[in-house]
Amino acid sequence: MTAVDPAAVAPGLDAPDLPPRRSRVWAKLRRNPAAIAGGGIVLFFAAVAVLAPVLPVPGPAEADWSAVRAAPSAAHPLGTDELGRDVLARMVWGAQASLLAGVVSVAIALLLGVPLGVLAGYRRGWIDAVISRFTEALLAAPFLILAIAFAAFLGPSLTNAMIAIGLSAMPLFVRLARGQTMAVMTEDYVESARAIGVGHLATVGRYVLPNIVPPLLVQATLTIATAIIAEASLSFLGLGQQPPAPSWGSMLNVAKNYLEVAPWMALWPGIAIFLVVLGFNLLGDGLRDALDPRDL
Amino acid sequence: MNEVVLEAVGLEKRFTRKRLFAPDTVVRAVNGVDLAVRRGETYAIVGESGCGKSTMARLLLTLMKPSDGTVLYEGRDTAGMSERELRALRRDLQVIFQDPFSSLNPQMSVGALIEEPLRVHGIGTAKERRAKAAEMLARVGLRPEHADRYPHEFSGGQRQRIGIARALVTGPQVVIGDEPVSALDVSIQAQVINILAALKAEMGLTLVLIAHDLAVIRHMADRVAVMYLGEVIEEAPADDLFARPAHPYTAALMAAIPIPEIGARPPAATLEGEPPNPVAPPPGCRFHPRCPHARENCRTDRPALRPLGDRRVACHYAEELTLPGIATETRPRAPGVARRFALLDARTKETDGGERP
Repeated sequence: MTAVDPAAVAPGLDAPDLPPRRSRVWAKLRRNPAAIAGGGIVLFFAAVAVLAPVLPVPGPAEADWSAVRAAPSAAHPLGTDELGRDVLARMVWGAQASLLAGVVSVAIALLLGVPLGVLAGYRRGWIDAVISRFTEALLAAPFLILAIAFAAFLGPSLTNAMIAIGLSAMPLFVRLARGQTMAVMTEDYVESARAIGVGHLATVGRYVLPNIVPPLLVQATLTIATAIIAEASLSFLGLGQQPPAPSWGSMLNVAKNYLEVAPWMALWPGIAIFLVVLGFNLLGDGLRDALDPRDL
Repeated sequence: MNEVVLEAVGLEKRFTRKRLFAPDTVVRAVNGVDLAVRRGETYAIVGESGCGKSTMARLLLTLMKPSDGTVLYEGRDTAGMSERELRALRRDLQVIFQDPFSSLNPQMSVGALIEEPLRVHGIGTAKERRAKAAEMLARVGLRPEHADRYPHEFSGGQRQRIGIARALVTGPQVVIGDEPVSALDVSIQAQVINILAALKAEMGLTLVLIAHDLAVIRHMADRVAVMYLGEVIEEAPADDLFARPAHPYTAALMAAIPIPEIGARPPAATLEGEPPNPVAPPPGCRFHPRCPHARENCRTDRPALRPLGDRRVACHYAEELTLPGIATETRPRAPGVARRFALLDARTKETDGGERP
């Protein structure tokens, strides 16, 4: 067998010489300063959360009765709260609860929501009807009310709060994954998978999932913020992190009562939540671009 | 050569739209089609938009279940096949899609796309598959090192060639092209058609071409079926069909082909109006509202598709009507033009014959 000569059938139409593109996800990520910054922020807070016991800060429950709601000073760099506890120490110790609340609950939401959504969008029919009605029923209840209901049902603890938040955030991911799957299913390439005999699981794995990841990634990074705040609300109701153990959210919740007399109590946890969300967002955006082969 | 490889028997596909406060509407996209594709031939299915060509392609590919009738592949009934058997069938029965921009998964490299059919059917080792993919790339006029790139880096024509490589890598018996070149620029159409023709000859393929472009059909097809509103209204060897259409609709399609020569053809009455609403097709001959030769009984009697020589036609008056076709050569070429065509033919032979070192 001889090859058709490219020049004969496609004169001058050959693609220009680009460098070969193998797995360049990591290289692309490294070249994206925003993604690096985002990754750095996330890593920093993760390190703080893990290293809390060895960092030179007081325990999170150690109260200094001589310095209640004290402004930032040399002794208490970020000030103290209404019981005279060091805000920096509580920030450090609370990082773990807040990061876990954000990441684990979103992971739960993704792990449950995406398979359900893809299943509904891929199979359609009665499976889709059942999943969609169920999802809509959950969506009908406000996010926080739903989380409170789940948390109350499961019992008060940080773990249960994360599960409750994950379950409440799940319908969003079901809907998003279902819609995106349905959009991808109309593409000819999914039919081409069937036409060459690719099985259902492989079709989902190679054709559907890679093409619906970008919007899911963005939604997931945004939901981390919602989850951290939701954990705060649950803590406030006694359903999340149990006092006196700190979390950024519960610190914010208490601090709102003292905004005028001790604004630093709200400032630092607020900044921390903002930074973590920013970090995850930048990282998520960078990851999305790096994973897209169309984006050079 | 006369062995039938792919056969449609009474093939019918209905799409029903259920409505709450009105009767359901039923569209018969394909309505009782019988046809037989012989091994090694190029069989074309032509018709206007909406006549059921693409549905026909999907039915023949067994990508869609018929409402009625069946598809036989090498005499085996596909209706009774399990999903596993159907999947195995895909090795022999392949498709080239119309739109090269949506038919290639953007997340897979070109190499992975071409290797995938082999992987799915468990053919060869990873190394052999890679070698085979490189060979296929070369055969469609791309370079083996293109395997590492992604579809978006290629032009439409190149993507369509990637699609062809993917369709042919398992060495199928039958390839169905669903408007394989209609999404491409005219200048690119020729090269894709040439590649397809060369590979067909090399690999001994049977080709089923779905198209609306009669120029492409005329260039490639051995036999042509003309569809109108979900039915085959004429089927004939390509040369006969173009020289002397037997059905007024076929003649109208011919009349619509532009001829780039002044005075080559007297201006014929082209077809007026749109195809009728497929939800409520006209009674009698479905073509009668647009047919210039319609008579009284055409409005009431439905003409069956009947044999007429070595063709089949669904018209009551096929024998009486003398309809204008397109002569293969309208008049002798001017000497200069003739020389150029001779050169072109020589070059085509040289490049397509597969004799190059």
